[in-house]
Amino acid sequence: MDKELLINAIESRFPGITEASSEPFGLLTLEIAPQNLKALVHWLKDDEQMNFIFLTDICGVQYPNQGNREFAVVYHLHNLEANFRLRLKTFVGRENINVPTICDIYSAANWMERETFDFYGIIFEGHPNLKRILNMDEMDYFPMRKEYPMEDATRTDKDDRFFGRIGNESVTFDNKKALAKGNNHG
Amino acid sequence: MDKSQQIVAKDSMDGELATLNLGPTHPATHGIFQNVLTMDGERIQSAEQTVGYIHRAFEKIAERRPFNQITTLTDRLNYCSSPINNLGWDMTVEKLIGIEVPKRVDYMRVIIMELARISDHLVCNCVIGVDTGALTGFFYLFQERERIYDMFEEVCGARLTTNIGRIGGFERDFSPELYNKLNAFLKEFPKRLEDFENMLCRNRIFMDRTIDVGPISAERALNYGFTGPNLRAAGVDYDVRVMNPYSSYQDFDFKVPVGKSGDTFDRFNVRQEEIHQSLSIIRQALDKMPAGNYHADVPEFYLPPKQEVYRSMEALIYHFKIVMGETDIPSGEVYHAVEGGNGELGFYLISDGGRTPNRLHFRRPCFIYYQAYPEMIKGSMLSDAIVTMSSLNVIAGELDA
Repeated sequence: MDKELLINAIESRFPGITEASSEPFGLLTLEIAPQNLKALVHWLKDDEQMNFIFLTDICGVQYPNQGNREFAVVYHLHNLEANFRLRLKTFVGRENINVPTICDIYSAANWMERETFDFYGIIFEGHPNLKRILNMDEMDYFPMRKEYPMEDATRTDKDDRFFGRIGNESVTFDNKKALAKGNNHG
Repeated sequence: MDKSQQIVAKDSMDGELATLNLGPTHPATHGIFQNVLTMDGERIQSAEQTVGYIHRAFEKIAERRPFNQITTLTDRLNYCSSPINNLGWDMTVEKLIGIEVPKRVDYMRVIIMELARISDHLVCNCVIGVDTGALTGFFYLFQERERIYDMFEEVCGARLTTNIGRIGGFERDFSPELYNKLNAFLKEFPKRLEDFENMLCRNRIFMDRTIDVGPISAERALNYGFTGPNLRAAGVDYDVRVMNPYSSYQDFDFKVPVGKSGDTFDRFNVRQEEIHQSLSIIRQALDKMPAGNYHADVPEFYLPPKQEVYRSMEALIYHFKIVMGETDIPSGEVYHAVEGGNGELGFYLISDGGRTPNRLHFRRPCFIYYQAYPEMIKGSMLSDAIVTMSSLNVIAGELDA
């Protein structure tokens, strides 16, 4: 199996299903709309030529400020015989945060989807037991979302600026003073 | 009424089912996780697991930590083989920023990782022995594990949570004392291991307690995402070291042992044989150890020696930039997997160019295959369930992250 063969096979079976494709660090990555995901994964596993019998991983990712593409669910599939890995991504927004479950295709997906739900609140439709897994049941928010800072929000020494996310020009004179003050406290 | 029905009726305590909490702090589960079992007498009707008792939110913490500080988080995943986690993470970052390490670093890493694999498998197999009533082997081989920890201490100063290696290589070269310890270990350990094998492998009691206990078919194991010795015991020869060689594993000649029935006995034997293979890999690496530097020449990421920082302007600048996180990190997403003690340990890293990961996800083999536990113990005796759990080598740190 190679990249061309796979892309062509997907294109002939499900025309127009691939919304974007890339290959970061040699791992073919396809973007699929959530409503098409399940049929594709089912076919990838069951088709003899595709033979993606192994589900490596599922995880959620958040891209704040992306509107209806804020959350991504990332699937890593592996064709063990041909030793070919494939990454699928599907994007959902905060309003309609539903993705079909694939745990009737891969048993391994059960806890991976529960973990993704636990961390990001992504609803996997049709999951038999979609409840929290690592955090306690009483928790009323989804802790991996970016709007919940890990540490005390009043701390000034763990600002986004110090993690290289905003250019230096945003550090104004006032900010620098606040910064120096924060450091004194620290 | 035939004989088998009579036994069932007698076992089921008047047909009443009992609920039994196995854990969260049961000494026989070797870790903090709970199983709510529905028992029909001594037989398990159904089981439901609760995990997350030592969830420490590593993925959240990692979003606020520079790359070199995340290594200490990985220590605490599978703490029976921390060096594999440390070096796996270092290699992930090296892949992202495109560092090519010298061959010598690869070989040094292979030695450390294989030592870690031996200690990981030793813990697991000794504990299988303990749970079947053979405590002696555990005490006997733990002396050997101590020697492995002594070697880790010689390399990095720590024993359990090692934080071994750096992005780009090692913090210092292997010392002559380490080679002495390693050679002595390679000479004496096989004899000890053989004693252990003589005690258990063909032992009638041990075989009766482990054969056909907690079996899983290759098909189900793949469906459940099993990797590592547990998958190989079911007969699938998937090993990341062979499929996607990293750290020059393609230079070494070793076998991937497989079992047949995926039961506890096969898991034990696969691990046992892997210890032999690891020893062989270490010997090959020592024989072929290339000359060269113990770290890559990447001043932007690899800290200069401290005395240089006091003497040289260049070193001072790089030191400052690394510590203060002023180094440019490329953006991109990378998945890197290594063969951990329990199978495919994956790191999915998304960088947006910031000093810390935008998202880091650990593919933790324990978390994924522990799902299969209820299916594996259904209908078995409680004592068999305990042995099955220890042979799966579920490590709470890796389970919960």
